[in-house]
Amino acid sequence: MAVIHLSINGHPYAVDADPQSSLLTVLRDHLDLTGSKYGCGEGQCGACTVLVDGKAQRSCITRVATVGEKKIITIEGIAAGDQLHPVQQAFLDEEAMQCAYCTSGMIMSAVSLLTVNRHPTRDEIVDFMEGNICRCGTYPRIVTAIQKAASLMAESQAGKGAGQ
Amino acid sequence: MSAKVPDQISFEPERYELGAAPVYRFDLDRRDFFKFLGAGLLVVSVLGHAEAQESGGGRSRGDSLPKEINAWLHIGDDGKVTVYTGKVEMGQNIRTSLTQAVAEELHVPIHQIELVMGDTQLTPFDMGTFGSRTTPTMNLQLRKVAASARDLLIGLAAAQWHADPDHLIAADAKVTDPQSKRSVDYAALLKGQQLTQAIPAEDPLIPAANWQVAGRSVHKVDGRDFVTGKHRYPSDQKLPDMLHGKVLRPPSFGATLLSVDTQKAEQMGAVVVRDGNFVGVAAPTAALASSAVAAIQAEWKSEPQPSSKDLFDYLRSDATQGKDPSGDGDSFEVGSVDKALAGSDHRLQQTYTVSYIAHVPLEPRAALAKWDGDRLTVWTGTQRPFGVRGQLAEAFRIPEEKVRVLMPDTGSGYGGKHTGETAIEAARLARAAKRPVKVVWTREEEFTWAYFRPAGVIDVKSGVLADGTITAWEFHNYNSGSAGIRTYYEIPNQRIIFHETKSPLRQGSYRALAATANHFARESHMDELARALKLDPLEFRLRNLKNERLRAVFQAGARQFGWGASKSSPGQGFGMGGGYEKLGNIATFAEVNVDRKSGEVRVVRVVSAFECGAIVNPDNLRNQIEGSNIQGLGGALFEAIEFENGRILNGKLSRYRVPRFSDVPVLDTVLLDRKDLPSVGAGECPMIGVAPAIANAIFDATGQRLRSLPMVPNGLKAS
Repeated sequence: MAVIHLSINGHPYAVDADPQSSLLTVLRDHLDLTGSKYGCGEGQCGACTVLVDGKAQRSCITRVATVGEKKIITIEGIAAGDQLHPVQQAFLDEEAMQCAYCTSGMIMSAVSLLTVNRHPTRDEIVDFMEGNICRCGTYPRIVTAIQKAASLMAESQAGKGAGQ
Repeated sequence: MSAKVPDQISFEPERYELGAAPVYRFDLDRRDFFKFLGAGLLVVSVLGHAEAQESGGGRSRGDSLPKEINAWLHIGDDGKVTVYTGKVEMGQNIRTSLTQAVAEELHVPIHQIELVMGDTQLTPFDMGTFGSRTTPTMNLQLRKVAASARDLLIGLAAAQWHADPDHLIAADAKVTDPQSKRSVDYAALLKGQQLTQAIPAEDPLIPAANWQVAGRSVHKVDGRDFVTGKHRYPSDQKLPDMLHGKVLRPPSFGATLLSVDTQKAEQMGAVVVRDGNFVGVAAPTAALASSAVAAIQAEWKSEPQPSSKDLFDYLRSDATQGKDPSGDGDSFEVGSVDKALAGSDHRLQQTYTVSYIAHVPLEPRAALAKWDGDRLTVWTGTQRPFGVRGQLAEAFRIPEEKVRVLMPDTGSGYGGKHTGETAIEAARLARAAKRPVKVVWTREEEFTWAYFRPAGVIDVKSGVLADGTITAWEFHNYNSGSAGIRTYYEIPNQRIIFHETKSPLRQGSYRALAATANHFARESHMDELARALKLDPLEFRLRNLKNERLRAVFQAGARQFGWGASKSSPGQGFGMGGGYEKLGNIATFAEVNVDRKSGEVRVVRVVSAFECGAIVNPDNLRNQIEGSNIQGLGGALFEAIEFENGRILNGKLSRYRVPRFSDVPVLDTVLLDRKDLPSVGAGECPMIGVAPAIANAIFDATGQRLRSLPMVPNGLKAS
């Protein structure tokens, strides 16, 4: 065991954990941030996806000791208070879920995609999201939701621009 | 004015659905209810007419309530509506569709209604959530309960105002008199009251054509909790002082434990339990529990086990003969198949097979168990909370009354979570540790120690006349099950037999279960017959099909698909498959593209035409159909469990391929809304057309007939 310092959703944490633990275990078991899910433990399903310095990363195969000072964002940290993130809102609007166990990971991957590609095509979305599994098969809705989120974000950017 | 109430649809759980559960009879005392729920109105739904009569029907003034209750609804004198049902939510979205049904009949906004589901202490007994039963049964019963509550509230207002109840209107949780403009809300009507009503099955309902809330695409009622990560699934449950549990697994199926040394695990600070073949540990962290299990030295005795390469011979050679035709529906015979075969113009005999496949619920099995003295409480992801309660009671030799099972909305099931493995494991460890214990299976455990969709072999023999009339049909299914085994085509001579066999792997329920295998065989065979007779496959089906609902979906699907259009490229192929299952009707049309060089098969487009009576929530229905198509595509093309001598060879997501984003075709769904027919379930039926439609399209593209599921685990080999 060792004290590990982490920055999660803008807050500093000091966690007493085995440095060999996965980031997912630390999030779920030590910090009770259970929005990130275990699905396979080998980085194959994407249910555990979080952002590490803005990039989607599989927390189940990320050793916590390797994270260091990097900024971690989880599903619990993307809404601004009661205001959902546009990707969250689009998933709701498009009913892009059934059991929704994959949803946090899908949303985090989508947020990561939209930061590097603000207007992805369908093919680009499919390509980027290939590592996330939805066993219920809501893939077509997720693609639509991501496109919708892209428009929502573009609108809000345009709104901000106009306001300046 | 009232819609005709359909007769109670008889229901027998099909083979593999059940493993346990005697019917539990509730002892209910109305005073206990109000103590627990607070003042207001309680309406209970009573199964069957006789029991309702027994209780005196109508409003009950006595202290006991009828026993055969399957749902109840409480309206508090604060106006809050709480509905109790033993059904569970795992992604099929019934929490929303059942809420809609209550909102519709009771005239209360959706946000004022809460559903308590799948808690064996709070909700009435329910056999389980499977077999697409929720919509045809629970939806109907809750509508009746809510309608009865509404009428009672109108009656209360009428009595207060000395008005004619027929002139009063219920809307937005209020009763209003349009003439005098008086209005009173439900909460005020119920102030300080303790009213109970037991309702039998005959109350009038709002006809589907007049629905306001039901029949619409309402969003998931608690969707926000899922997109924010707030919802707590079974594996997210936590209690103070909780330990993490881990179980030692045998190296192969059927192995027995000869000796075990747990000293190292104990030295690591883990609680170790050895009880017969069960060895498990509990420790403060999941990592420590895993290391402790790894430190256990165990010696196992393995027995030789069958392997997947010998699977189909094994199933056939270990079969028992079909039972008597008058028996349990496993066997059906009409006319003389042998004579008709002899007299037919064309005969065809073929064999079709399906592999074992895994459910792969994205949330693996999980349970948190806690003992208070001899009382056990378990939170777990299961489709049968009452069945799991029975399993726990049996495992620990305690009465069911001492066991409470709660089912937080879970990360899917698809028929794969009928059993209580983790519940029993967590409870066993918690008893020894004297602290709450949580067990969450790894993906490998879920792949290995759960159960599979049964594999099967199907032999079909048929005879047709030159004009395309089928005269003889013989159909033998070995092991995969009898759901959907009967043919809906009009054939005068039939012999249909299900053969039980020994199964090399643990098998159980699965979404659409045997209907997938039986429709794959039947609808592939239909295509083969049509091709042999040089008839159009659609025309050939319609020639032998009288069922109007099924004809309607085939015709609607064909129109939408553009059936009959010529191919635009050599690798393109079109195919169809369809049928009738769980009271729904589906026709599926697929377009594939086969790259003859690489052998890659791409499903380009799927059109589904589906009819399930009056539609309750169109968007959710589309969601279920899309999901069925995508999940069905996996089993059709590449999913299969490989095993050798008692070990699973591909029990990981890196080795077992499930459909991903890039596998998804363009999905086009046609809904036939039959407002004149009762609503039935939709979570399973749409799956059954997928495999045969793809198989038939591959044949259309290549001339190669694929008769084994999965069809192209490694691409299509050149013929």
